[in-house]
Amino acid sequence: MSVEPRPQDLITALGARLTPVRRLPPPWLRALGWLVVVAIIAVLLLRHYGAAAMLQRWAAAPDMAWSTIGAAITAICAAWAACVLAVPGRARAWAWLPVPPALLWIGASGWGCLRSWLAPVTGAVAGPPAVDCLTFIIGLSIPLSALLIWLLRRACPLRPVLTAILAGLASAAASAGLLAIFHPIDAAATDLLSHALAVGIVIAANAVMGGRLLSPR
Amino acid sequence: MSAGIAAVFYDVPFLPDCRAHVSAEPASASEQADQQRRAWMAAAQAGDRQAYERVLADSVALIRGVARRRGVPVDAQDDVVQETLITVHRARHTYDPSRSYDAWLAAIASRRAIDTLRSHGRRSSREVHDDYALDRHPDRDDASVESERAQRAQRLQAAIAELPPRQREAVRQLGLKEQSLAEAAADTGRNAGALKVNLHRALKALRERLHGEP
Repeated sequence: MSVEPRPQDLITALGARLTPVRRLPPPWLRALGWLVVVAIIAVLLLRHYGAAAMLQRWAAAPDMAWSTIGAAITAICAAWAACVLAVPGRARAWAWLPVPPALLWIGASGWGCLRSWLAPVTGAVAGPPAVDCLTFIIGLSIPLSALLIWLLRRACPLRPVLTAILAGLASAAASAGLLAIFHPIDAAATDLLSHALAVGIVIAANAVMGGRLLSPR
Repeated sequence: MSAGIAAVFYDVPFLPDCRAHVSAEPASASEQADQQRRAWMAAAQAGDRQAYERVLADSVALIRGVARRRGVPVDAQDDVVQETLITVHRARHTYDPSRSYDAWLAAIASRRAIDTLRSHGRRSSREVHDDYALDRHPDRDDASVESERAQRAQRLQAAIAELPPRQREAVRQLGLKEQSLAEAAADTGRNAGALKVNLHRALKALRERLHGEP
Protein backbone atom coordinates (compact mmCIF):
# COMPACT_ATOMS: atom_id res chain seq x y z
CA MET A 1 0.00 0.00 0.00
CA SER A 2 1.14 3.53 -0.67
CA VAL A 3 2.11 6.23 1.79
CA GLU A 4 -1.06 7.84 3.21
CA PRO A 5 -1.99 11.11 1.46
CA ARG A 6 -1.91 14.42 3.27
CA PRO A 7 -5.25 15.31 4.91
CA GLN A 8 -5.51 18.26 2.51
CA ASP A 9 -5.66 15.88 -0.48
CA LEU A 10 -8.50 13.97 1.13
CA ILE A 11 -10.29 17.20 2.06
CA THR A 12 -10.09 18.35 -1.56
CA ALA A 13 -11.38 14.95 -2.75
CA LEU A 14 -14.27 15.05 -0.27
CA GLY A 15 -15.03 18.67 -1.22
CA ALA A 16 -15.27 17.63 -4.86
CA ARG A 17 -17.87 15.00 -3.89
CA LEU A 18 -19.94 17.36 -1.75
CA THR A 19 -23.67 17.44 -2.44
CA PRO A 20 -26.39 19.22 -0.44
CA VAL A 21 -27.96 16.99 2.21
CA ARG A 22 -31.36 16.96 3.90
CA ARG A 23 -30.73 17.43 7.61
CA LEU A 24 -31.79 14.58 9.88
CA PRO A 25 -35.02 15.44 11.75
CA PRO A 26 -34.60 15.84 15.54
CA PRO A 27 -34.60 12.61 17.59
CA TRP A 28 -37.99 13.33 19.21
CA LEU A 29 -39.59 13.68 15.80
CA ARG A 30 -38.12 10.42 14.51
CA ALA A 31 -39.20 8.64 17.71
CA LEU A 32 -42.66 10.17 17.29
CA GLY A 33 -42.89 8.72 13.78
CA TRP A 34 -42.31 5.24 15.17
CA LEU A 35 -44.74 5.83 18.08
CA VAL A 36 -47.45 6.87 15.63
CA VAL A 37 -47.22 3.40 14.05
CA VAL A 38 -47.53 1.83 17.52
CA ALA A 39 -50.51 4.09 18.26
CA ILE A 40 -52.21 3.01 15.00
CA ILE A 41 -51.81 -0.66 16.01
CA ALA A 42 -53.26 0.19 19.45
CA VAL A 43 -56.29 1.88 17.85
CA LEU A 44 -56.86 -1.13 15.59
CA LEU A 45 -56.67 -3.52 18.54
CA LEU A 46 -59.02 -1.34 20.62
CA ARG A 47 -61.53 -1.19 17.76
CA HIS A 48 -61.42 -4.96 17.47
CA TYR A 49 -61.46 -5.93 21.16
CA GLY A 50 -62.98 -2.81 22.74
CA ALA A 51 -61.71 -0.98 25.82
CA ALA A 52 -64.39 -2.08 28.27
CA ALA A 53 -62.89 -5.45 29.17
CA MET A 54 -59.44 -3.92 29.63
CA LEU A 55 -60.82 -1.14 31.88
CA GLN A 56 -62.75 -3.71 33.90
CA ARG A 57 -59.57 -5.73 34.44
CA TRP A 58 -57.70 -2.59 35.44
CA ALA A 59 -60.42 -1.63 37.94
CA ALA A 60 -60.21 -5.09 39.50
CA ALA A 61 -56.39 -5.13 39.53
CA PRO A 62 -54.85 -1.62 39.38
CA ASP A 63 -51.32 -3.07 39.32
CA MET A 64 -52.09 -4.37 35.81
CA ALA A 65 -52.92 -0.82 34.76
CA TRP A 66 -49.65 0.43 36.25
CA SER A 67 -47.78 -2.34 34.48
CA THR A 68 -49.30 -1.32 31.13
CA ILE A 69 -48.60 2.37 31.77
CA GLY A 70 -45.00 1.46 32.70
CA ALA A 71 -44.60 -0.57 29.49
CA ALA A 72 -46.00 2.29 27.38
CA ILE A 73 -43.70 4.91 28.96
CA THR A 74 -40.76 2.51 28.63
CA ALA A 75 -41.50 2.18 24.90
CA ILE A 76 -41.65 5.98 24.49
CA CYS A 77 -38.46 6.63 26.49
CA ALA A 78 -36.48 3.77 24.91
CA ALA A 79 -37.43 4.83 21.36
CA TRP A 80 -36.51 8.45 22.13
CA ALA A 81 -33.20 7.44 23.77
CA ALA A 82 -32.34 5.18 20.80
CA CYS A 83 -32.97 8.04 18.36
CA VAL A 84 -30.86 10.42 20.48
CA LEU A 85 -27.96 7.96 20.83
CA ALA A 86 -27.94 7.34 17.08
CA VAL A 87 -26.68 10.90 16.59
CA PRO A 88 -22.95 11.51 17.23
CA GLY A 89 -22.07 13.63 20.23
CA ARG A 90 -24.93 12.69 22.54
CA ALA A 91 -24.08 11.34 26.00
CA ARG A 92 -24.33 7.68 26.87
CA ALA A 93 -26.41 8.77 29.91
CA TRP A 94 -29.45 8.93 27.59
CA ALA A 95 -29.50 5.14 27.77
CA TRP A 96 -30.74 5.43 31.36
CA LEU A 97 -33.90 7.28 30.31
CA PRO A 98 -36.13 4.18 30.00
CA VAL A 99 -34.89 2.64 33.26
CA PRO A 100 -37.37 4.33 35.70
CA PRO A 101 -40.48 3.43 33.64
CA ALA A 102 -39.05 -0.06 33.10
CA LEU A 103 -38.80 -0.41 36.88
CA LEU A 104 -42.45 0.64 37.16
CA TRP A 105 -43.38 -1.92 34.48
CA ILE A 106 -41.40 -4.74 36.11
CA GLY A 107 -42.39 -3.73 39.65
CA ALA A 108 -46.13 -3.57 38.87
CA SER A 109 -45.97 -6.88 37.01
CA GLY A 110 -44.14 -8.49 39.92
CA TRP A 111 -46.60 -7.02 42.39
CA GLY A 112 -49.48 -8.38 40.31
CA CYS A 113 -47.85 -11.79 40.35
CA LEU A 114 -47.47 -11.65 44.13
CA ARG A 115 -51.07 -10.47 44.58
CA SER A 116 -52.46 -13.22 42.39
CA TRP A 117 -50.52 -15.70 44.49
CA LEU A 118 -51.76 -14.26 47.83
CA ALA A 119 -55.33 -13.34 46.74
CA PRO A 120 -56.14 -14.97 43.40
CA VAL A 121 -59.69 -13.54 43.05
CA THR A 122 -59.45 -10.34 40.96
CA GLY A 123 -62.27 -10.69 38.48
CA ALA A 124 -59.88 -11.53 35.68
CA VAL A 125 -60.78 -14.52 33.56
CA ALA A 126 -58.58 -17.23 32.21
CA GLY A 127 -57.12 -16.22 28.89
CA PRO A 128 -54.80 -17.56 26.26
CA PRO A 129 -51.89 -19.71 27.39
CA ALA A 130 -48.61 -18.01 28.25
CA VAL A 131 -47.01 -19.27 25.05
CA ASP A 132 -49.46 -17.09 23.06
CA CYS A 133 -48.22 -14.00 24.94
CA LEU A 134 -44.67 -14.98 24.04
CA THR A 135 -45.61 -15.41 20.38
CA PHE A 136 -47.48 -12.11 20.30
CA ILE A 137 -44.68 -10.09 21.92
CA ILE A 138 -41.97 -11.61 19.72
CA GLY A 139 -44.14 -11.59 16.60
CA LEU A 140 -45.08 -7.91 16.91
CA SER A 141 -41.61 -6.90 18.06
CA ILE A 142 -40.06 -8.11 14.79
CA PRO A 143 -41.74 -5.51 12.52
CA LEU A 144 -41.53 -2.81 15.20
CA SER A 145 -37.80 -3.46 15.66
CA ALA A 146 -37.23 -3.56 11.91
CA LEU A 147 -38.97 -0.20 11.50
CA LEU A 148 -37.01 1.41 14.33
CA ILE A 149 -33.68 0.00 13.14
CA TRP A 150 -34.46 1.32 9.65
CA LEU A 151 -35.13 4.77 11.12
CA LEU A 152 -31.92 4.61 13.18
CA ARG A 153 -29.81 3.61 10.19
CA ARG A 154 -30.51 7.03 8.66
CA ALA A 155 -28.44 8.49 11.51
CA CYS A 156 -24.90 7.48 12.44
CA PRO A 157 -24.95 5.35 15.61
CA LEU A 158 -21.47 5.32 17.10
CA ARG A 159 -22.65 2.82 19.74
CA PRO A 160 -24.57 0.41 17.53
CA VAL A 161 -25.14 -2.34 20.09
CA LEU A 162 -26.38 -0.02 22.85
CA THR A 163 -28.66 1.72 20.34
CA ALA A 164 -29.99 -1.62 19.12
CA ILE A 165 -30.64 -2.79 22.70
CA LEU A 166 -32.74 0.33 23.28
CA ALA A 167 -34.59 -0.32 20.02
CA GLY A 168 -35.30 -3.87 21.22
CA LEU A 169 -36.50 -2.62 24.61
CA ALA A 170 -38.80 -0.08 22.90
CA SER A 171 -40.28 -2.75 20.60
CA ALA A 172 -40.74 -5.33 23.36
CA ALA A 173 -42.29 -2.79 25.75
CA ALA A 174 -44.65 -1.53 23.05
CA SER A 175 -45.70 -5.11 22.22
CA ALA A 176 -46.24 -5.94 25.90
CA GLY A 177 -48.31 -2.77 26.32
CA LEU A 178 -50.43 -3.61 23.27
CA LEU A 179 -50.92 -7.15 24.57
CA ALA A 180 -52.72 -5.72 27.62
CA ILE A 181 -55.56 -4.52 25.36
CA PHE A 182 -56.84 -8.04 24.77
CA HIS A 183 -54.93 -10.12 27.31
CA PRO A 184 -57.49 -11.24 29.93
CA ILE A 185 -55.19 -13.48 31.96
CA ASP A 186 -54.20 -12.46 35.48
CA ALA A 187 -50.58 -11.82 36.41
CA ALA A 188 -49.65 -15.43 37.15
CA ALA A 189 -46.02 -16.41 37.59
CA THR A 190 -45.96 -18.37 34.32
CA ASP A 191 -47.47 -15.38 32.53
CA LEU A 192 -44.90 -13.02 33.98
CA LEU A 193 -42.08 -15.42 33.11
CA SER A 194 -43.28 -15.74 29.51
CA HIS A 195 -43.38 -11.92 29.22
CA ALA A 196 -39.88 -11.61 30.68
CA LEU A 197 -38.60 -14.34 28.35
CA ALA A 198 -40.15 -12.67 25.30
CA VAL A 199 -38.70 -9.27 26.23
CA GLY A 200 -35.30 -10.85 26.84
CA ILE A 201 -35.34 -12.65 23.48
CA VAL A 202 -36.34 -9.47 21.63
CA ILE A 203 -33.60 -7.39 23.30
CA ALA A 204 -30.95 -10.07 22.73
CA ALA A 205 -31.94 -10.50 19.06
CA ASN A 206 -31.77 -6.75 18.55
CA ALA A 207 -28.38 -6.54 20.26
CA VAL A 208 -26.97 -9.19 17.90
CA MET A 209 -28.70 -8.44 14.61
CA GLY A 210 -29.56 -4.78 15.08
CA GLY A 211 -26.05 -4.07 16.33
CA ARG A 212 -24.66 -5.41 13.04
CA LEU A 213 -27.19 -3.52 10.95
CA LEU A 214 -26.40 -0.28 12.75
CA SER A 215 -22.61 -0.69 12.55
CA PRO A 216 -20.85 1.83 10.32
CA ARG A 217 -21.12 0.85 6.64
CA MET B 1 -28.16 25.37 31.74
CA SER B 2 -25.12 24.72 33.92
CA ALA B 3 -22.06 22.95 32.53
CA GLY B 4 -22.77 20.04 34.88
CA ILE B 5 -26.27 19.50 33.53
CA ALA B 6 -25.08 20.07 29.97
CA ALA B 7 -22.47 17.34 30.43
CA VAL B 8 -25.28 14.82 30.85
CA PHE B 9 -26.59 15.58 27.36
CA TYR B 10 -23.31 15.91 25.44
CA ASP B 11 -20.73 13.23 24.85
CA VAL B 12 -17.51 15.22 24.92
CA PRO B 13 -15.08 13.44 27.26
CA PHE B 14 -12.00 14.83 25.50
CA LEU B 15 -13.23 18.25 24.50
CA PRO B 16 -14.72 19.93 27.56
CA ASP B 17 -14.85 23.39 25.96
CA CYS B 18 -17.32 22.20 23.34
CA ARG B 19 -20.33 22.40 25.58
CA ALA B 20 -19.51 25.88 26.83
CA HIS B 21 -21.93 27.41 24.34
CA VAL B 22 -24.79 26.48 26.61
CA SER B 23 -23.38 28.40 29.58
CA ALA B 24 -23.93 32.07 30.30
CA GLU B 25 -20.21 32.82 30.53
CA PRO B 26 -18.54 35.12 27.97
CA ALA B 27 -17.52 33.39 24.77
CA SER B 28 -13.88 32.24 24.74
CA ALA B 29 -11.69 31.87 21.64
CA SER B 30 -12.55 28.17 21.41
CA GLU B 31 -16.27 28.94 21.61
CA GLN B 32 -15.93 31.53 18.86
CA ALA B 33 -14.03 29.01 16.75
CA ASP B 34 -16.78 26.46 17.39
CA GLN B 35 -19.38 29.04 16.33
CA GLN B 36 -17.47 29.60 13.11
CA ARG B 37 -17.22 25.87 12.41
CA ARG B 38 -20.94 25.49 13.11
CA ALA B 39 -21.71 28.13 10.48
CA TRP B 40 -19.33 26.50 7.98
CA MET B 41 -20.84 23.06 8.53
CA ALA B 42 -24.37 24.41 8.16
CA ALA B 43 -23.31 25.98 4.85
CA ALA B 44 -21.64 22.72 3.84
CA GLN B 45 -24.92 20.86 4.43
CA ALA B 46 -26.45 23.21 1.88
CA GLY B 47 -23.67 22.34 -0.59
CA ASP B 48 -21.12 25.14 -0.03
CA ARG B 49 -17.83 23.46 -1.01
CA GLN B 50 -15.58 26.27 0.21
CA ALA B 51 -17.17 26.24 3.69
CA TYR B 52 -16.92 22.46 3.74
CA GLU B 53 -13.22 22.38 2.93
CA ARG B 54 -12.61 25.07 5.55
CA VAL B 55 -14.43 23.21 8.30
CA LEU B 56 -12.68 19.93 7.41
CA ALA B 57 -9.28 21.64 7.38
CA ASP B 58 -10.10 23.22 10.72
CA SER B 59 -11.14 19.83 12.08
CA VAL B 60 -7.78 18.12 11.51
CA ALA B 61 -6.11 19.60 14.60
CA LEU B 62 -9.15 18.76 16.75
CA ILE B 63 -9.14 15.17 15.51
CA ARG B 64 -5.42 14.81 16.19
CA GLY B 65 -6.03 16.16 19.71
CA VAL B 66 -8.72 13.57 20.37
CA ALA B 67 -6.54 10.78 18.92
CA ARG B 68 -3.60 11.86 21.09
CA ARG B 69 -5.72 11.91 24.23
CA ARG B 70 -7.10 8.48 23.35
CA GLY B 71 -3.51 7.19 23.28
CA VAL B 72 -3.22 6.63 19.52
CA PRO B 73 0.49 6.47 18.51
CA VAL B 74 1.75 9.38 16.40
CA ASP B 75 2.26 7.19 13.31
CA ALA B 76 -1.38 6.06 13.44
CA GLN B 77 -2.93 9.49 13.99
CA ASP B 78 -3.18 10.10 10.23
CA ASP B 79 -5.41 6.99 10.02
CA VAL B 80 -7.71 8.48 12.65
CA VAL B 81 -7.80 11.81 10.80
CA GLN B 82 -8.71 10.15 7.52
CA GLU B 83 -11.29 7.76 8.94
CA THR B 84 -12.89 10.62 10.87
CA LEU B 85 -13.02 12.91 7.83
CA ILE B 86 -14.64 10.15 5.77
CA THR B 87 -17.19 9.49 8.54
CA VAL B 88 -17.90 13.23 8.79
CA HIS B 89 -18.56 13.22 5.05
CA ARG B 90 -20.99 10.30 5.30
CA ALA B 91 -22.71 11.55 8.47
CA ARG B 92 -22.82 15.26 7.69
CA HIS B 93 -26.63 15.17 7.50
CA THR B 94 -26.76 14.19 11.21
CA TYR B 95 -25.13 17.44 12.35
CA ASP B 96 -27.54 19.87 14.01
CA PRO B 97 -26.22 23.46 13.65
CA SER B 98 -27.94 24.50 16.88
CA ARG B 99 -25.44 22.31 18.73
CA SER B 100 -21.67 22.30 19.11
CA TYR B 101 -19.78 21.17 16.00
CA ASP B 102 -16.75 20.32 18.11
CA ALA B 103 -18.75 17.95 20.34
CA TRP B 104 -20.20 16.21 17.28
CA LEU B 105 -16.76 15.91 15.68
CA ALA B 106 -15.07 14.79 18.92
CA ALA B 107 -17.56 11.93 19.32
CA ILE B 108 -16.83 10.66 15.80
CA ALA B 109 -13.06 11.12 16.22
CA SER B 110 -13.11 9.35 19.56
CA ARG B 111 -14.90 6.34 18.04
CA ARG B 112 -12.53 6.21 15.09
CA ALA B 113 -9.54 6.46 17.45
CA ILE B 114 -10.82 3.40 19.33
CA ASP B 115 -11.33 1.55 16.02
CA THR B 116 -7.78 2.44 14.95
CA LEU B 117 -6.31 1.26 18.25
CA ARG B 118 -8.15 -2.06 17.92
CA SER B 119 -7.10 -2.50 14.31
CA HIS B 120 -3.45 -1.74 15.12
CA GLY B 121 -3.59 -4.19 18.01
CA ARG B 122 -4.84 -6.94 15.71
CA ARG B 123 -2.36 -6.08 12.93
CA SER B 124 0.69 -6.06 15.22
CA SER B 125 -0.22 -9.52 16.50
CA ARG B 126 -0.25 -10.86 12.90
CA GLU B 127 2.79 -9.08 11.44
CA VAL B 128 6.04 -10.96 10.79
CA HIS B 129 9.09 -9.75 12.63
CA ASP B 130 11.29 -7.48 10.47
CA ASP B 131 14.46 -9.61 10.77
CA TYR B 132 12.63 -12.74 9.68
CA ALA B 133 11.06 -10.90 6.73
CA LEU B 134 14.49 -9.62 5.59
CA ASP B 135 16.03 -13.11 5.75
CA ARG B 136 13.26 -14.51 3.57
CA HIS B 137 13.34 -11.70 1.01
CA PRO B 138 14.89 -12.81 -2.35
CA ASP B 139 17.84 -11.07 -3.93
CA ARG B 140 16.63 -8.35 -6.30
CA ASP B 141 19.30 -9.05 -8.94
CA ASP B 142 18.76 -12.78 -9.24
CA ALA B 143 17.65 -13.54 -12.89
CA SER B 144 15.89 -16.80 -12.05
CA VAL B 145 14.03 -15.03 -9.33
CA GLU B 146 13.01 -12.37 -11.86
CA SER B 147 11.60 -14.98 -14.26
CA GLU B 148 9.82 -16.77 -11.48
CA ARG B 149 8.43 -13.45 -10.32
CA ALA B 150 6.95 -12.80 -13.78
CA GLN B 151 5.23 -16.20 -13.76
CA ARG B 152 3.94 -15.59 -10.28
CA ALA B 153 2.59 -12.22 -11.38
CA GLN B 154 0.66 -13.87 -14.22
CA ARG B 155 -0.80 -16.48 -11.91
CA LEU B 156 -1.68 -13.73 -9.45
CA GLN B 157 -3.44 -11.66 -12.14
CA ALA B 158 -5.49 -14.69 -13.16
CA ALA B 159 -6.40 -15.43 -9.55
CA ILE B 160 -7.39 -11.80 -8.94
CA ALA B 161 -9.65 -11.86 -12.01
CA GLU B 162 -11.58 -14.75 -10.50
CA LEU B 163 -12.24 -13.05 -7.18
CA PRO B 164 -15.76 -11.82 -6.32
CA PRO B 165 -16.30 -8.22 -7.56
CA ARG B 166 -15.95 -6.45 -4.19
CA GLN B 167 -12.82 -8.39 -3.25
CA ARG B 168 -11.35 -7.72 -6.68
CA GLU B 169 -12.14 -4.05 -6.28
CA ALA B 170 -10.38 -3.94 -2.88
CA VAL B 171 -7.27 -5.65 -4.27
CA ARG B 172 -7.15 -3.38 -7.33
CA GLN B 173 -7.63 -0.16 -5.36
CA LEU B 174 -5.42 -0.97 -2.38
CA GLY B 175 -2.94 -3.43 -3.83
CA LEU B 176 -2.48 -2.72 -7.52
CA LYS B 177 -3.26 0.99 -7.69
CA GLU B 178 -1.49 1.40 -4.35
CA GLN B 179 -4.15 3.73 -3.03
CA SER B 180 -4.51 4.42 0.65
CA LEU B 181 -7.66 3.25 2.44
CA ALA B 182 -8.93 6.82 2.47
CA GLU B 183 -8.41 7.31 -1.27
CA ALA B 184 -9.97 3.95 -2.08
CA ALA B 185 -12.94 4.67 0.19
CA ALA B 186 -13.44 8.07 -1.44
CA ASP B 187 -13.14 6.59 -4.96
CA THR B 188 -15.40 3.58 -4.46
CA GLY B 189 -17.85 5.13 -2.01
CA ARG B 190 -17.32 2.17 0.30
CA ASN B 191 -16.50 2.23 3.97
CA ALA B 192 -12.80 1.85 4.82
CA GLY B 193 -13.69 -1.00 7.17
CA ALA B 194 -15.54 -2.83 4.40
CA LEU B 195 -12.57 -2.36 2.09
CA LYS B 196 -10.25 -3.79 4.75
CA VAL B 197 -12.53 -6.80 5.23
CA ASN B 198 -12.76 -7.41 1.48
CA LEU B 199 -8.99 -7.07 1.10
CA HIS B 200 -8.46 -9.50 3.97
CA ARG B 201 -10.86 -12.03 2.40
CA ALA B 202 -9.29 -11.55 -1.01
CA LEU B 203 -5.78 -12.15 0.35
CA LYS B 204 -7.00 -15.28 2.13
CA ALA B 205 -8.60 -16.56 -1.09
CA LEU B 206 -5.46 -15.77 -3.09
CA ARG B 207 -3.26 -17.56 -0.55
CA GLU B 208 -5.50 -20.60 -0.77
CA ARG B 209 -5.46 -20.56 -4.56
CA LEU B 210 -1.75 -19.91 -5.07
CA HIS B 211 -0.23 -21.80 -2.18
CA GLY B 212 -3.02 -24.11 -1.06
CA GLU B 213 -2.88 -22.51 2.37
CA PRO B 214 -6.11 -22.24 4.32
